Amino acid sequence: MSTPTSQVRIAGVGMHPWGKWGRPFVQYGVHAAREALKDAGIPWTDVDLVVGGETVRNGYAGYVAGSTFAQALGWNGARIATSYAACATGAQALDTARARILAGMSDVALVVGADTTPKGFLAPNAGERWEDPDWLRFRLLGMTNPAYFAMYARRRMDLYGATSEDFAQVKVKNARHGLSNPYARYRKEVAVQDVLGSAVVSDPLHLLDICATSDGAAAVILVSEDYAQRIGLSDAVRVAAVSTVTPTFPNTVLDMPMLSTDAGTPGDRTFKQSIGAAAYDEAGVGPEDVDVAEVYDLSTALELDWMEDLGLCKEGEAESLLRAGDTTIGGRIPVNPSGGLACFGEAVPAQALAQVCELTWQLRGEAGERQVEGARVGITANQGLFGHGSSVLLTR
Amino acid sequence: MTATPAIEGWFTLGDQPTLLGERCTSCATTYFPPTAAAAGFCRNPACEGEDFESVPLSRRGTVWSYTDAQYQPPPPYQAPEPFVPFALAAVELPEGMVVLGQVAQGYGTTDLRVGAEVELVVETEHATDQLIWRWKPVVELGEEADQ
Repeated sequence: MSTPTSQVRIAGVGMHPWGKWGRPFVQYGVHAAREALKDAGIPWTDVDLVVGGETVRNGYAGYVAGSTFAQALGWNGARIATSYAACATGAQALDTARARILAGMSDVALVVGADTTPKGFLAPNAGERWEDPDWLRFRLLGMTNPAYFAMYARRRMDLYGATSEDFAQVKVKNARHGLSNPYARYRKEVAVQDVLGSAVVSDPLHLLDICATSDGAAAVILVSEDYAQRIGLSDAVRVAAVSTVTPTFPNTVLDMPMLSTDAGTPGDRTFKQSIGAAAYDEAGVGPEDVDVAEVYDLSTALELDWMEDLGLCKEGEAESLLRAGDTTIGGRIPVNPSGGLACFGEAVPAQALAQVCELTWQLRGEAGERQVEGARVGITANQGLFGHGSSVLLTR
Repeated sequence: MTATPAIEGWFTLGDQPTLLGERCTSCATTYFPPTAAAAGFCRNPACEGEDFESVPLSRRGTVWSYTDAQYQPPPPYQAPEPFVPFALAAVELPEGMVVLGQVAQGYGTTDLRVGAEVELVVETEHATDQLIWRWKPVVELGEEADQ
């Protein structure tokens, strides 16, 4: 697929702080949207497209999130769309808005995702659903999300010699990164011993290796090149690529929530490797050009997997980069300067957009104490249940 | 006593139980769980097959990865009172697929490593009288004597 010839720029970003606030998700979304509009200096009446990230835990209003946010902000006649792609929802919503702008059918798009989450393990929807793998994995196996994360972590230990201390160091690093982030839910230093001393949830992962679920919201204002020039934002951060690729058959790497993989000979790239590769292709840059990355650390060990899947290092080498401090702010390739999910906890439809908000601040040089000096190219990575790839590449 | 499987048609019973896969009669792709025939289509993008035959899968495979559940999983998992932790394994079969399962009673994560050989067994669920497939570490004869 070719690189688009025109540009889509990020005029504004905004977030509602992550936490366990217990308020309706719409409030968070409206807050984030208004922050993003204010950041862009664009009036709501100029927005001609609203794409909402669907939340599946908040009733009908969540299913029609695009409409819900548009009505809450005050009907202005804008077109609307709603996206759902599990954890990749935000990237898919962004992709929809970007495509419409690239087609010349929108000038100003608001992309917004928000969630109010329950406590504890994410459980499947209620009822007896013997044909739904997401229900069956709990019924037949007791296979929770952390159990999948633990299997990926265990492979790093048995194949590459990773240790529980390595995983704990990811948490220590991200906790430090998030200390000054006003949107992070957890802003507290964590020591290796805190992680290793916390209860084991699924061996080898401890409670502090695994991210929580949170309430939160994030919003991004995308604009066409013409509109950006009209309002004096012609050097704003550019969306160079949005990768929403799916796997290729046979998908032979075990994916949550499946009970098995496809059978057959695997292709050249795993699904996760193909997500970043598609983003690099579209943007015309390579992993060596990346200055900063926001990756989906649902668990500490998954951050290490993503570094390799994005080509930031070779397979089995992520621990070496971590130990050398390369992935810490000030290092060669800082990963999760926002503090990542370790500091946020996951707010599903908002999370992929939160990654984009962070990279936008980083590329503008507005990230304050967590600024990655001179960052010009940033990439996000994430994956949603049932084959949803998510990677956004931003450049300045 | 005639215990019934927790799910019908996914595995056989007896001394030498096997998982039951489905093979596409057009392209020979094998699937587990055996839900392709009911769905009515083959998921190979190069195949439009609609007919499948039941095939037993290999009883032995190697561990792709493993973990355990030390916290009680939420429903619909049927948990015993009090909750008893259990191990889980993802096992790579010679057919080229990885299949998840709980680990046989009496075995935990310390009995497993990536690449180790395991064998399919059928046991009673933790909190029901229904049967479920599980992966059991294969202990070589000599090693057993050492333990």
